[in-house]
Amino acid sequence: MDLLNAFVALANFVLIPGIAYGSQLALGALGVTLVYGILRFSNFAHGDTMAFGTMVVILLTWGLQVLGVSFGPLPTALLALPLGIAITALVMLGTDRVVYRYYRMKKADPIIVVMASLGVMFIMNGIVRLIIGPDDQNFADGARFVINAADWRAMTGLSEALTLRTSTVITIVTAGLSVWALFWFLNKTRTGKSMRAFSDNEDLALLSGINPERVVRVTWIIVAALTVIAGTLYGLDKSFKPFTYFQLLLPFFAAAIVGGLGNPLGAIAGGFVIAFSEVGVTYAWKKVLGHALPDALEPEGLVQLLSTDYKFAVSFAILLIVLLFKPTGLFQGKSV
Amino acid sequence: MIRVENLSKQFGGFRAVNGASLTIRAGSITGLIGPNGAGKTTLFNVIAGVHKPTSGRVTMMGEDITGLPPHQLFHKGLLRTFQIAHEFSSMTCRENLMMVPAGQSGEALWNTWFGRKRIADEERSLRAKADEVLEFLTISHLADQKAGMISGGQKKLLELGRTMMVDAKVVFLDEVGAGVNRTLLNTIADAIVRLNRERGYTFVVIEHDMDFIGRICDPVICMAEGRVLAEGTLAEIKSNEQVIEAYLGTGLKNKDKIA
Repeated sequence: MDLLNAFVALANFVLIPGIAYGSQLALGALGVTLVYGILRFSNFAHGDTMAFGTMVVILLTWGLQVLGVSFGPLPTALLALPLGIAITALVMLGTDRVVYRYYRMKKADPIIVVMASLGVMFIMNGIVRLIIGPDDQNFADGARFVINAADWRAMTGLSEALTLRTSTVITIVTAGLSVWALFWFLNKTRTGKSMRAFSDNEDLALLSGINPERVVRVTWIIVAALTVIAGTLYGLDKSFKPFTYFQLLLPFFAAAIVGGLGNPLGAIAGGFVIAFSEVGVTYAWKKVLGHALPDALEPEGLVQLLSTDYKFAVSFAILLIVLLFKPTGLFQGKSV
Repeated sequence: MIRVENLSKQFGGFRAVNGASLTIRAGSITGLIGPNGAGKTTLFNVIAGVHKPTSGRVTMMGEDITGLPPHQLFHKGLLRTFQIAHEFSSMTCRENLMMVPAGQSGEALWNTWFGRKRIADEERSLRAKADEVLEFLTISHLADQKAGMISGGQKKLLELGRTMMVDAKVVFLDEVGAGVNRTLLNTIADAIVRLNRERGYTFVVIEHDMDFIGRICDPVICMAEGRVLAEGTLAEIKSNEQVIEAYLGTGLKNKDKIA
């Protein structure tokens, strides 16, 4: 029995990856929830817009790498991020102008707008594959580890290693800063407040002199920023593949709905709930239990509840449970 | 002040407003009455920009405002309240009021990062103004309550308060008295009369409570089946044959029933 090693293994394989993945999901779910709260539809194009934004960042990163620009130990992609956000924001504003605005003017039912977003999804999907191809792309550079296994063992003398990758640290720090900036914006600025007002009661917001088109524009810009940041962090942490980004749509929606659609705080909580459930259920606990339990009880199997192939089933299951028992989510969002 | 000419609004095959024409005098408190389904609220919605009219024209002080969106009408000084009070439920009463004067410098994204001091000054004066309005409406004690938690009647007062945050010219009140107890109704009536006298607001009031109408409104306009039936003082309206017919149908002509 060795609790310290058990904890290190737990941190290394569950806690740290869970926090990193949770931060990425939280940023993605925030985008979904903001669009739902203000534009009042479920944006199915969110995953593929994220792929598009990340693609732009990757292309810019490659450009910078060719020019010989680097960001020291940090990935070059962070330098490309602001321009990537700007370009994606323009594309999203363009999409709104061409597609969504028409339905808004017609006061179309949300389900019609959802179908339109499905169309946008397919188009984005096609564009991304056309430009960068369907394959895995690696664009991470800079230092790989903050703490690597050998250093850790030398430092602590423990048999279990704790590795801390640069991408993980960047993910957590960037996500934290983004969330802080978002909440500051929503709570402290007038534009943010008018967004909240618009989300709370559209009719009244209009009659209070709030310009709806302005609120919508600002929302798309913020959503673009959150999406591109989330996509880039995910790409740095794992890898970029258009299909994976499309699949992330499910955990995003699960996270947003678990937290309560339309509620930013809920989206963050939901992101972590989904991430930890997914990591917890698909992790083989043999190592942790081997350290934590007396020898006699040491498990023989892998103690993996679900193969990683089925990780999306976790989001699905949580989504079903929430919709059945608490459709407004943990933080009382709008019911779906 | 406001002139409505031959206004119609059709929903599918149903004409909710059918060629209504009326004039609202500046500085008046005009009452708008009529049986359920007479088209009063639809008329409000069309004037206030919620619905575009099928035909007809609305002018405000000579300027054509037909079909302008609500936020633009707001900036021209035309405000309305709802039959069922609306509020930003997750914000406090004070924040609800402070939300109203949209369109000052805090609105520009640029200014949220630069020019912080100017915004801080504005916020302070807005806050003072909001407190003043709450005081006027005798609901100062609710300033920090979440607006979703206060009573229906208090929400109505809050709605009236919204119109006081800017220099409104004309305010459309849709059933301010519905579901409000007598005492609060008196507070609302007093507030309306005071705003009319002290600040020169023009009011148009939809109301079913004839005591309320009789107390504060002159003239009174009666609508039925999407048209204007009669206009005059409440006493005149009450004795108008057509009005009685619209309310009670032919055959029954008991004047007292209207009250």
